[in-house]
Amino acid sequence: MADGLHLDQVEITRNGTRLIAIDTYVAPGEVLTIMGPSGVGKSTLLSAVTGTLSPEFTLSGHIRLMGRDLTALPPEERCVGILFQDALLFPHLNVGANLAFGLAPGGTRAERRAKIDAALAEVGLDGFAPRDPATLSGGQRARVALMRMLLSEPHALLLDEPFSGLDADLRDQVRNLVFDHAKARGLPVLLVTHDEADAEAAGGQVIVLE
Amino acid sequence: MAQTIRFPRLPLFPALTVLVLLGPVAAGLWGTLLPAFGHLPAAGQTGPSLEAFRALFGWPGIGPAIRLSLTTGLAAAVLSLAITALILAGWAGTRGFRVLERLLSPFLSVPHAAAAFGLAFLIAPSGWIARLFSPWLTGWDRPPDLLILNDPWGIALTLGLVMKEVPFLLLMSIAALGQIDGRRRMALSQSMGYGRISAWMFAIFPALYARIRLPVLVVLTWSMSVVDVAVILGPSTPATLSVQIVRWMSDPEIAFRLQAAAAALVQLALVIGAVGVWFLGETLLARLTCMRIEAGRRGRRDRPLRVAGFALGTLISVALLLGLLGLAVWSIAGFWSFPDLMPDQFTTRNWMRHHMGSLDALGETALIAALAVSIGMLLTIGCLETEERRNLRLTQRGLWLIYLPLIVPQTAFLPGLQTLFLGIGLDMGRAPVALAHLVFVLPYLRLSLEGPWRAWDHRQAAVAAALGAGPDRVLWRIRLPMLLAPLLTALAVGIAVSVGQYLPTLLIGGGRVETLTTEAVALASGGDRRAIGVFGLMQTAAALLPFALALALPALIWRHRRGLLHG
Repeated sequence: MADGLHLDQVEITRNGTRLIAIDTYVAPGEVLTIMGPSGVGKSTLLSAVTGTLSPEFTLSGHIRLMGRDLTALPPEERCVGILFQDALLFPHLNVGANLAFGLAPGGTRAERRAKIDAALAEVGLDGFAPRDPATLSGGQRARVALMRMLLSEPHALLLDEPFSGLDADLRDQVRNLVFDHAKARGLPVLLVTHDEADAEAAGGQVIVLE
Repeated sequence: MAQTIRFPRLPLFPALTVLVLLGPVAAGLWGTLLPAFGHLPAAGQTGPSLEAFRALFGWPGIGPAIRLSLTTGLAAAVLSLAITALILAGWAGTRGFRVLERLLSPFLSVPHAAAAFGLAFLIAPSGWIARLFSPWLTGWDRPPDLLILNDPWGIALTLGLVMKEVPFLLLMSIAALGQIDGRRRMALSQSMGYGRISAWMFAIFPALYARIRLPVLVVLTWSMSVVDVAVILGPSTPATLSVQIVRWMSDPEIAFRLQAAAAALVQLALVIGAVGVWFLGETLLARLTCMRIEAGRRGRRDRPLRVAGFALGTLISVALLLGLLGLAVWSIAGFWSFPDLMPDQFTTRNWMRHHMGSLDALGETALIAALAVSIGMLLTIGCLETEERRNLRLTQRGLWLIYLPLIVPQTAFLPGLQTLFLGIGLDMGRAPVALAHLVFVLPYLRLSLEGPWRAWDHRQAAVAAALGAGPDRVLWRIRLPMLLAPLLTALAVGIAVSVGQYLPTLLIGGGRVETLTTEAVALASGGDRRAIGVFGLMQTAAALLPFALALALPALIWRHRRGLLHG
């Protein structure tokens, strides 16, 4: 139980009412899918893991990742990557700078550039570094967002309905890309969705919230 | 990553902001209260005594001065609100409305003094309107001896105020309408057979008014106590109470300060009374509206009213535009005889003659604005960020606090502030003036930034944090760059507010700090139209140019970032 993402008797309440109670473990390279109707608090659970839970909620229990207790850590020290439905590329930075923002600190300027170019090449976007993110297609944006997040070297990956904004054929493609990269890096993945196909493609454990 | 700039753990910015908003008002009122009751050691007076009030009410002009302050203020507020409501009721959401909005919004930042001079150049007996109809219609071959400007009833003053307040209320309303589901409310009421204006007045105005009540009160109290516009357009013997207060404050005989302080308290009481009357009026209007709703009148024949609303809106913007044009023409006019519409020749002589003085004043204006606005921006952004990190929300009481310096009449607390500053031997100079400007700049910075700051997509911060960026890095690298356009707009608003300040500059500067506004208003009594044209135009440019930059810079800086160019 040391390497993966451990939600240890996590409970989220608002004004004394319990919204979510979950006690589970996601091993490295595995996907846990959380399903349920909108408004049930799926995204709230993700923000509890990233550390951006809004103060009207109370969290009890512990969130552990690779043996570290994240519960009291600020969001930027948790090493938890997240992808939303929108790519949310920073509109004032070009594609390369977006990736540089994510890229973990360290290395010379040339080394960092090389890493960014390699990341772009990995998802078939060679030479896209100087582009304005607003000129990219939906699929291209999703790929940049994925690489930006992976360059920050997260220890876990959270997905907040990240494929629902894409067309059907593109959806499969991006979904496979994300899952393949997560598996290759041995990241535990927490997926929130209301699309059955997402859960099937993920192939792991499914928890349905009521 | 090392953090170079640490964000304070204590609520430093909110505390400073409250101090800046409340401190001068409270101190100023205290500094007014003491001399009003006969306590002014600098003049060798130690109270308490009622001598100042006895002298004030012994002054023969006190009755008309009080009457003028009440009538012009209330009339200006009622007319401004009525015209704004008429324009919105008849046209909101239509293409015609967008035309009116575009016609009126650029004038929001034109300083009051420049707009007032412009109106004066238009309606004076020797102004453009008289010239247009002379001599063929009026038979005048010289300017008639009519008291159109500075009329004893304050009509010109009221017009000048309305002209400037309608754009203000209109833009405040447009911002507030964004929070009301107006389209569906209108559709619902119109489907029940109500005419446009009736539907709007019944279904939307009450919700809108609740949101613009504070700006309306600002218009009321400001109109009652304005000094610069009243010096330019208002009657002079007697003048409005506020103008008289400033005259007494500037009198070399220091004893007059006691009388000025007493008058300032009377001014405050008048404003409080008028606000009370206004609240009664609100109740009365609500009751009348309910009666009309019960009667079930649909008010379908509202075409003439709609046309009137559009015409009034257009008239105001044309008057403002022609006024500024008048300033421009006079500033380059050579010999110009009545009733010619244009001068015989144009010349740069006026500009050459005044260029030293006006450039000095421009420098002073820019320095003070830069000082006030940079401190103001620091405090405002600091407050917004603190509230964000501590999950605080601005309450209704907090909103009143922000509006407080705009609602308490300037003539009630600035004289007291000056007296206090003199008492503690603070040198009357640029820094105290900038500090006084800050009191009036801060509320507008906050009002201007609040909406865009809150509307920013918080998931951007969540993503940045997940990528390992701490709150400071998110603020500097993501949030501020993305909000460049609204930040620059707020800067421009702040600069325009500072440029337009007359009374704080005059009183706190002890008459020795000369900005474009104080110089222009000082020219009012002399009647040198060419000089007024030069200074009025410079003043307008100083307020408008920052807006042009605020529009142009983001478009230039983000020209390769389509995601930031719209919205």
